[in-house]
Amino acid sequence: MSWSKLHLAALVVGVLALAVAPAFLKTYGLYLLTLWLVYIVAAMGLNLTVGYAGLKSLAHAGFMGIGAYTVAIAMKAGISFWVATPLAVVICFLFGLLIGFPALRVQLHYLGFATLGFNVLLVLFFRNEEWLTGGTFGIQNIKRPELFGWSLNGNAAYFYLVLAVTVIAAAALAFLLRSPWGRAFAALRDNPIRAESTGVNITAYTLMSFAIGAAYAGIAGALFAPLVNFIDPSPFGVGTSLLFLLMVVVGGSGRFYGPVLGSAIALLLPEYLRFAKDWYLAIFGLSVVLMMIYLPGGLLSLKSTLQLAKSKRDAKLKEAAQ
Amino acid sequence: MATNPSSSLIEFKSVVAGYTHLTILNELTLDARRGEITLLIGPNGAGKSTVLKTLFGMLTPRSGEVRFNGETINGRTPRQLLAQGMAFVPQGRNLFGSLSVLHNLELGGLQLPRQVLKDRIEEVMQLFPRLLQRIDQRAASLSGGEQKQLEIGRALLVRPEVLLIDEPSIGLAPIVVQDVMNLLKNLAQSGKSVLMVEQNVRTALKYADRALALEMGRLALDQPAAQLLEDPNLNRLFLGGSAKS
Repeated sequence: MSWSKLHLAALVVGVLALAVAPAFLKTYGLYLLTLWLVYIVAAMGLNLTVGYAGLKSLAHAGFMGIGAYTVAIAMKAGISFWVATPLAVVICFLFGLLIGFPALRVQLHYLGFATLGFNVLLVLFFRNEEWLTGGTFGIQNIKRPELFGWSLNGNAAYFYLVLAVTVIAAAALAFLLRSPWGRAFAALRDNPIRAESTGVNITAYTLMSFAIGAAYAGIAGALFAPLVNFIDPSPFGVGTSLLFLLMVVVGGSGRFYGPVLGSAIALLLPEYLRFAKDWYLAIFGLSVVLMMIYLPGGLLSLKSTLQLAKSKRDAKLKEAAQ
Repeated sequence: MATNPSSSLIEFKSVVAGYTHLTILNELTLDARRGEITLLIGPNGAGKSTVLKTLFGMLTPRSGEVRFNGETINGRTPRQLLAQGMAFVPQGRNLFGSLSVLHNLELGGLQLPRQVLKDRIEEVMQLFPRLLQRIDQRAASLSGGEQKQLEIGRALLVRPEVLLIDEPSIGLAPIVVQDVMNLLKNLAQSGKSVLMVEQNVRTALKYADRALALEMGRLALDQPAAQLLEDPNLNRLFLGGSAKS
């Protein structure tokens, strides 16, 4: 069986396993699984901006907040979830374009700080504009949608909606990355000046990488609000943006399945470390530090890191034998 | 240094350009003709690479006029110039090592319609059969000569009228340098123009039609390449002595 067929088979098995998972999970387990899918969508967007286009962003939770608040406010105003969600995605896309402009002028950690400032501003807006966002009291009783008269209020039904959106979002991203756009993003990451000399419109691709990444965060936010039924500014702070970055980096920045693995680790590992009680954060933190030292390319780089280590070892042995 | 406007493809007229507070080109006037390999030589800091960057829109002239095909191109972007028929192969390694040979080639023709791009890639493959054998290999795994072929091939995808190439021999074995120079010669013979910056002056002069020597951002000498190759002062000139003495 060829690698691509094996890959496709593994993908189908994975999605099928997820599809039957609700039958074996209790309420909290199903909630965690749904939240994991929401985080995958958000982290896929950040992976495009950071991993594929090589830019820095610490505003991703802020974009997710825009998506969540847009859906929550719109639904409270009587607008359908199915109208509110595309609206949230468009608004996030536009904010993404806006925040992409600093990236045309500054790079690396300077860009990181510029985006971080934007996230702080958003949280202040969510907190202070009480008339719109409910301030620190947040927005409560956000209902889950209906689809063709069928209620998605149940945990399993909502899980299937989130699963379907995740699969569609992943397929769209895979298509984008396999198109010339994917090549242009990689060129932008590897060397913008080189990319420009080959005719890549680096202004457009820089802005689009932020805008599409933000749109994915908007989708995640739109799914997040009805999942938790209540939103306030706290899940959209800089801490969550750092967590998203951690998901991308731990899984494997610039690798398609990196966010899937990274968000599983960032979300589920703390759950499995609960037995360690007060020590669980220390163990989690230490695991991440060790991984960054020995696997800076993320967990999905394990194979290539081992291959590189082997070829270096072989070269040394060959040198010693001469 | 009389120029013949009828055959000039590229013209610099009193161009002043540089980086932030540093002025490199000092009212530079020069031209490069159609169907010729024009070689830019001069000591380090003379402004050779700056000429190419200014021409390709990577630097905006502070004053003066840059013309291509009789049209003023001051302030145009690299993408606009590519569309107008100018391609640039900068100094050093210019490939995207993590991408395959095919994907690197595709990047050179992002603005082309899909089918046209496919046909052009086939054209380039005919020119560089070694690349065809390595089409799915990562660009970083190619030899130095193959990488240079790929860079030139990528630049040719847009069928440029003029190829700007900066130090093509850097990091290449002498035998590979010969291959690259022969390739440029063939391009010139097929009607394309080449404007080349090269430190390996003696080798490059053998293949060039015309040599322009820069000094302190000004044109110091304009001679047929073959004639300059015979000049006993060539080494002194290249190492920074006055070209006018």
